[in-house]
Amino acid sequence: MSDDIIMATPSLLTRRHALIGGAGLLLAGCDRINASPAVQSVLSLGEKATHGAQRLVTDRNALAKEFSRAEMSPVFRENGNRNPGTADYNALAANGFADWALTVDGMVAHPLRISLAQMLAAPRRTQITRHDCVEGWSAIGEWSGVPLGLILRRAGLSSNAKFVVFHCADSTGGIPYYESIDLIDAFHPQTILATHMNGAPLTVGHGAPLRLRAERQLGYKQAKYVMRVEAVASLSGIHGGKGGYWEDHKGYQWFAGI
Amino acid sequence: MAGQIAKRGEAAAGAAPLIYRTKLPVRIWHWINALAIFVMLMSGMMIFNAHPMLYWGEYGANFDVPWLVIGHRGTSGYLAVLGYEIPTTGVLGYAQGTANAFPPLVTIPSSYSLAGARQWHFLFAWVLLVSGTFFLLYALFSGHLRRDLALKREERSLAHLWHDIKDHARLRFPTGEAARAYNPLQKIAYLAVLFVLIPVVILTGCTMSPTLNAAFPWLVDMFGGRASARSIHFLCALGFALFIVVHLLAVVLAGPVNELRSIITGWYRLPQARMVKESVQ
Repeated sequence: MSDDIIMATPSLLTRRHALIGGAGLLLAGCDRINASPAVQSVLSLGEKATHGAQRLVTDRNALAKEFSRAEMSPVFRENGNRNPGTADYNALAANGFADWALTVDGMVAHPLRISLAQMLAAPRRTQITRHDCVEGWSAIGEWSGVPLGLILRRAGLSSNAKFVVFHCADSTGGIPYYESIDLIDAFHPQTILATHMNGAPLTVGHGAPLRLRAERQLGYKQAKYVMRVEAVASLSGIHGGKGGYWEDHKGYQWFAGI
Repeated sequence: MAGQIAKRGEAAAGAAPLIYRTKLPVRIWHWINALAIFVMLMSGMMIFNAHPMLYWGEYGANFDVPWLVIGHRGTSGYLAVLGYEIPTTGVLGYAQGTANAFPPLVTIPSSYSLAGARQWHFLFAWVLLVSGTFFLLYALFSGHLRRDLALKREERSLAHLWHDIKDHARLRFPTGEAARAYNPLQKIAYLAVLFVLIPVVILTGCTMSPTLNAAFPWLVDMFGGRASARSIHFLCALGFALFIVVHLLAVVLAGPVNELRSIITGWYRLPQARMVKESVQ
């Protein structure tokens, strides 16, 4: 730490150095405060209050605004992982995902394996919505796919299930991507497992062959490369236990409604 | 604010009297709000660092045209606004050895963490909202708003305001009895914070939420789309930053000890009349 050396050598101590050194100490102090578990638990009260308040004041079936084709973003940015790149995924992609199947299991009466052909033959919903990334950018695109609620009902979701977990083919640094939503969002009419974007089958960059669209949540909930849908009563037993890759490893809020 | 004259103030012969000028609820709110605004600005700057571009309209991302960018090329920072580019190395874009839009010194947390900044931002958003709501109710029902903040009839003329602007420009602040009340520009600044900046920053903040946008679509439409609302949210933050600069400058120029005593204890010493005779307008 060059600042410390400067601080320890009075002859070299200028006001500018003192300011920079002082700032360094201040920042170190602030970071220590931020890292304290007690501070983190107080800070998380904000998320709990926001989650509770949003569920209290919003209509649970309120639809996210839908746009016309003319209002769409000219280019929809790809984000997160852009290709799972595993041997298994590459083999599926090479064959046009003909051998791919979605697994639906966990707390359901009838576990399912749904092929892409079956997925494409199922009742669909198409919606032009705005994708809001946690980083602050937004893009409008058209998504088409099968309502998640329909699949969960077909599988006979247990009344004890509380969350739906999406296991994905992509991973970051060897850690698999996954996400989860509660049943309010799972049965929301605009929550779909999308096979198409902007009128064409999903590209690899946007999550082929299947991605989640939960339109009242931020971008990191919109899991790409979905391989398996698991119904659970609690998130605690899954990976890091916080309900998603970003939640486990980067401290993002599980409730991504804001 | 316009309170009773203190006995102890009068006791000291010749000294200007101390008056009880700032009531307890005003002082409590001032400090809670000051803390909340600072945390919101600092964590907000870290959130901005995640995507340091602003757009107008319903959407905006990397392939769209921003009206404001804070960026860097190598170790050179720049601010680009409406097509004009200003080098800002050492302040914005690239400073303190990091390529963040806003440097570590002014952000919470200091090193890049969008998730951490969001934790701080959303807790202190509640502090801002709840304390602001209580203060607004207090100001309405106690008479603070009508008595101390609202412009008096005679203050509402352009001539009066122009006179006040000239006085401020010459750094002439009210003295004696005239210093009991806030002056017109001061009132306008406080009213703008209370009735424009705080409500607009909270409402545009709410439009950052996809869940709230689904439930209350008129909210985001009111601001011309989500990207516009985000821009307005940022401009409000800039407004708070400017207010803080002017506010602190006014405190220093008007007498920092007296002003600080007033906002901590409530007791304010009326400044003595100036020696220079004022020209009558």
